[in-house]
Amino acid sequence: MAKKFSWRRASIALIMGSALALSGCSSEGGREPAAEGTGGGGQVADTERMTIALITHAAPGDTFWDIVRKGAETAAKKDNVELLYTSDPEGGRQAQLIAQAVDQGVDGIAVTLAKPDALKSALKEAEQAGIPVVSLNAGEDSYEELGAFTHFGQNEEVAGEAAGEKLKELGKSHPVCVIQEQGHVGLEARCAGVKEIIPETEILYVQGTDMTQVQSTVTAKLQTGGDIDSIIGLGAPFTMTILQSVEDVGSDATVASFDLNSELAQEIVDGNVAFTVDQQPFVQGYMAIDSLWLNNMGGFTVGGGEPVLTGPAVVDQEQAEEVLQYAEEGLR
Amino acid sequence: MTTAVLTKRDERIGQRSFLKQALGRPEVGSLVGALALFIFFALVADAFLEPASLATVLYGASTIGIMAVGVSLLMIGGEFDLSTGVAVISSALSASLFSWYFATNVWVGVVLALVVSLGIGFINGWIFIKTKLPSFIVTLAMFLMLTGLNLALTRLIGGSVASPSISTLDGFDSAKLIFASSVNVAGVNVRIVVFIWLAMVAVATWILVRTKVGNWIFAVGGDANAARAVGVPVNATKIGLFMGVGFCGWVLGMHNLFAFDRVQSGEGIGNEFLYIIAAVIGGCLLTGGYGSAIGGAIGAFIFGMANKGIVYAQWNPDWFKFFLGLMLLLATIINIVVKRRAESSK
Repeated sequence: MAKKFSWRRASIALIMGSALALSGCSSEGGREPAAEGTGGGGQVADTERMTIALITHAAPGDTFWDIVRKGAETAAKKDNVELLYTSDPEGGRQAQLIAQAVDQGVDGIAVTLAKPDALKSALKEAEQAGIPVVSLNAGEDSYEELGAFTHFGQNEEVAGEAAGEKLKELGKSHPVCVIQEQGHVGLEARCAGVKEIIPETEILYVQGTDMTQVQSTVTAKLQTGGDIDSIIGLGAPFTMTILQSVEDVGSDATVASFDLNSELAQEIVDGNVAFTVDQQPFVQGYMAIDSLWLNNMGGFTVGGGEPVLTGPAVVDQEQAEEVLQYAEEGLR
Repeated sequence: MTTAVLTKRDERIGQRSFLKQALGRPEVGSLVGALALFIFFALVADAFLEPASLATVLYGASTIGIMAVGVSLLMIGGEFDLSTGVAVISSALSASLFSWYFATNVWVGVVLALVVSLGIGFINGWIFIKTKLPSFIVTLAMFLMLTGLNLALTRLIGGSVASPSISTLDGFDSAKLIFASSVNVAGVNVRIVVFIWLAMVAVATWILVRTKVGNWIFAVGGDANAARAVGVPVNATKIGLFMGVGFCGWVLGMHNLFAFDRVQSGEGIGNEFLYIIAAVIGGCLLTGGYGSAIGGAIGAFIFGMANKGIVYAQWNPDWFKFFLGLMLLLATIINIVVKRRAESSK
């Protein structure tokens, strides 16, 4: 009985929904119809097809990694590379993904070294199997030891210092650095870098998996009063939420950010966010694949034994207009 | 209670004093815990008692509390739902992606999301009834499937792991007004979800203590077989409870969507435990058959207070999680102690 009743209800709702859908078209916004296939056109390299595994510690749903992946895909398309993308935020399971890639006999591995110790033995296996490895994003201190021939990324502490300098330039003396994942080495290093320049810097931990909690915790922090004059988000979506909190409280604290997406770029253009420190994730993904292809083609090593820095690139109102265009295409 | 007390009566029909009766309620322990925590933070954190701060604490509590309403009822009915955290995001994503992809009025997406959320609840309940597997396993599977679907479908449809912004679509402003606006109460901006939350608690309490369905919920949670024997529609009640959780997920999902214009597909993981914790702190038994909706609300309030109070008190953030855990433990212990006292003095 009850089952039938629910089915009927569900189907009525569905019919109603689709009827509404037909009649309820929005006058603006939404998906732009068609306009597929941007970027990455042109010629494909005539080298033999090779397979590269890109293994990151990306948490599912983080937009940052969309851009890294897009960079990698662009390089793969151009270099006639079959790209296998996998990710797991947990060190042990990321190591298993590396082991799987070795089992599959890939021609190269690009890996993020957020938890280097956990990946040590898996990368040893790759080395023994003669698979060239590059690291990207995280791992500047450990890539050599773990057998990667080069590293593409940003030194997070240097990036933090760049943000600190910029804030100091703006006359700020009491920033709050909002960390969305407690214990994340890279994020902690960014805030440490800011603190290096401005010793008054305070750290606030929020639960990054729940935006409502991010917003209410930041609001709470701003309401404690004190002399908070600036607040820094460590990722574009978090900065957008922080911006809402600042507006809610009516605080006049300056908002700054790390990383980038199109909405954040727009806010910088509009002057609501002072600046962001970009690490150019597209370049990280692109270079990681391209350098493995170069290595495979002619034994080249990019970087000359040194890490290649892709950031920090400070984007403020002056450059934001130009960057916004690229951000909308998903490149920045 | 005026003249009757003078005559000696059979103790089986004797009335317990108001105080004892009150102490026997499931939520009383958590209420004492909440009061203790409130006084504590009022003493250590200067900013805590500011009206605007209390509004923030209530907002933090409401986003847990809305789900705790459904989860409490389900728990009284003897079941768990581990898919709640991501189901909230699934609901928000389906509304967002549907309206964006077809460029419809957002209200179409909102209605579709309600169908999806109730559908998730229905499927949870239906599989649970059909397979007779523990709800723990069924909803764990649902949790994993939804986590994957959220990510895969968002990327497939929207091209990115966050849903595209829908703030320019028709109907967005009216939907935002209902799900994510602020109401000015005596000069303080209070989030509208706080009122939605309180209304949902009131309705759930009414269902539990004043209606036949409420009796069914207690009966199926206490002993499903006995309940079936006396004619309670056990299957329908349990499926209904799962769908109730789905409804709560829809409300919170819509708030998430309209408060932030866009939703990140990886959000929500881990929140299912917060909802269960709120219900348990509020006096719902993990075994079912006992508890209240108000208790779940107080549990959420305790969580909100601990969570925000630590920030207001400006303690070293390194210890944040530790203090949070400690607060929850202490609140729960006070809860148990008070309840045992109350029960032993019956």
